[in-house]
Amino acid sequence: MSAVNATRTVLLGIETSCDETAASVVARRPDGSFEVVSSVVSSQIDLHARYGGVVPEVASRAHIERINPVVAEAMREAGLQLGEVDAVAATVGPGLVGSLLVGVSAAKALSLVWGVPFVGVNHLEAHLFAPLLEDPGVAFPLLVLLVSGGHTMLLGMDRPGGYRLLGRTVDDAAGEAFDKVARYLGLGYPGGPVIDRLALEGNPTAIAFPRSMLHDGLDFSFSGLKTSVVNHVRRHPDVAAADVAASFQEAVVDVLVHKARLAAAQLGAAGMSLAGGVAANTRLRARWLAAGEADGRRAHLPSLAYCTDNAAMVAAAGLWRLAEQGPSALDCGVDPNLSLTPAV
Amino acid sequence: MLILGIETSSTQVSCALGGPDGVLAAAQVNRGQRHAELLSPMIGQVCDAAGVPLASVEAVAVGVGPGLFTGLRVGLATAKAIAFGLGVPAIGVGSLDLLAFPVRFAECRIVAVSDARRSEVFWATYRSGPDGFEMVDAPRVGPPAALRAELEAGSGRRLLVGDGARRYRDVLAGPGSDGADVADVADVAGVEFADAALAQPSAWSLVQVARARALAGGLVAPDDVQPLYLRKPDAEANWVQRPGSGGPGA
Ligand SMILES: [Zn+2]
Repeated sequence: MSAVNATRTVLLGIETSCDETAASVVARRPDGSFEVVSSVVSSQIDLHARYGGVVPEVASRAHIERINPVVAEAMREAGLQLGEVDAVAATVGPGLVGSLLVGVSAAKALSLVWGVPFVGVNHLEAHLFAPLLEDPGVAFPLLVLLVSGGHTMLLGMDRPGGYRLLGRTVDDAAGEAFDKVARYLGLGYPGGPVIDRLALEGNPTAIAFPRSMLHDGLDFSFSGLKTSVVNHVRRHPDVAAADVAASFQEAVVDVLVHKARLAAAQLGAAGMSLAGGVAANTRLRARWLAAGEADGRRAHLPSLAYCTDNAAMVAAAGLWRLAEQGPSALDCGVDPNLSLTPAV
Repeated sequence: MLILGIETSSTQVSCALGGPDGVLAAAQVNRGQRHAELLSPMIGQVCDAAGVPLASVEAVAVGVGPGLFTGLRVGLATAKAIAFGLGVPAIGVGSLDLLAFPVRFAECRIVAVSDARRSEVFWATYRSGPDGFEMVDAPRVGPPAALRAELEAGSGRRLLVGDGARRYRDVLAGPGSDGADVADVADVAGVEFADAALAQPSAWSLVQVARARALAGGLVAPDDVQPLYLRKPDAEANWVQRPGSGGPGA
């Protein structure tokens, strides 16, 4: 195996928990740092856009068609022959059960065929590795705001893989709120990018939407905000959509950044990082940098490609799990509701 | 040619290795619906039992449905990845064909009927052919009453095989006491039912059917193996029905 040598471990990661079919080859150096050798993502947004959301059965069928070509491309881009990896990892949850089954089945099959270990990865844990993919100098403790269409949580990391949950949404995820508001305003799907774009033309202080639970611990709530948007538009049918988008986005970002700063202070964090699809939001990224500067903490903004669902983060989490806990059994199943088990 | 067969389209998970002399080893579990948990270890066990390393497999065969989506997903993803990972060709075989295969020497029409859930069945009809059996009508999905109407319209001996046939035995051919659809209808003449042991498509049958078809030029690239769903995803079905949606079929 030419590409694999004693000084580093090379792993193929597979991610199919929702509507991205992704594969990536990542190497772990002896010092524990990561090198992304290849990362391929095939998005299904085109397939789901007309339904205004991800249709599980459509997603599963597309994963079946795309998984092998995506893995082949990841291996080819990495300059590896089939089988030239030390292990194969896949997301086992949380996510859509039919989608998860495709990636896990493929990963187990490749592990059998190539005679290498299989590693099951928690998708949420994988998101926490995004900041470490590009920056070997991340200082701990690290505060991570994981914010996506399915999740909104604040986590404290004392080391790679060692984390504890500090706060989470009690109802909708932030990304879900973007999707629902965008749908209500007739802006299309997915909601995050369209609201982000439209908000650039609007006034973020035009409408004073509520900042839910702002002074109430580290948990979040976004369903009330969504209702306020709907009520406001009903009462003011002539309101400019750009002002609604900008004001709504500002309310979300205000709460996210406020609570993240609070959590970082409690944690005595050296740095703070965004993770998850909503981390692509331009307003959140700008406010994140400003918050880091104001509080004297290093603000990490992983590349958009590593914030949205990808397999490089899965591979990194798999490499860490393999080193710390060894391989997973081939008879492990998928768990659509897998939670993040604190491992500090 | 050494063929690995994987069939998971029903409640049963099964795997077999077949060679020129028939089936070398096979395993099956029909309990618990744990396809994802059982299949990969089972493949390892079957190879061990046959004393054949997985790396020596020359083609991968898979049952492509119609069947239960969860099982199909596990079987297709696994089979395609094994073929891809080994760099060998693959072959897809319809799961109803696999129900008909063990009873192919019955000297009558064979109707393979599997349980499609949601009060429906998948079925296809076969007759004796040069290779023992050949399909008469393409697979369909529908309520058991639709198949009953077909059986009533036909004549002669018919052998029904599969878990759908067993589950809806009375609706399909009984006196009709089970539902308003078929009330007061006499037994359907000439219809017989195959043994319960043959109620699920098996990898044992798969490697034999696949071998014959492979020798006849049926091997394809793993990416060209297509599942036979018969049903559209729910959202897509709704889309098509929505009037004026501009979607496909609108
Ligand atoms: Zn995610």
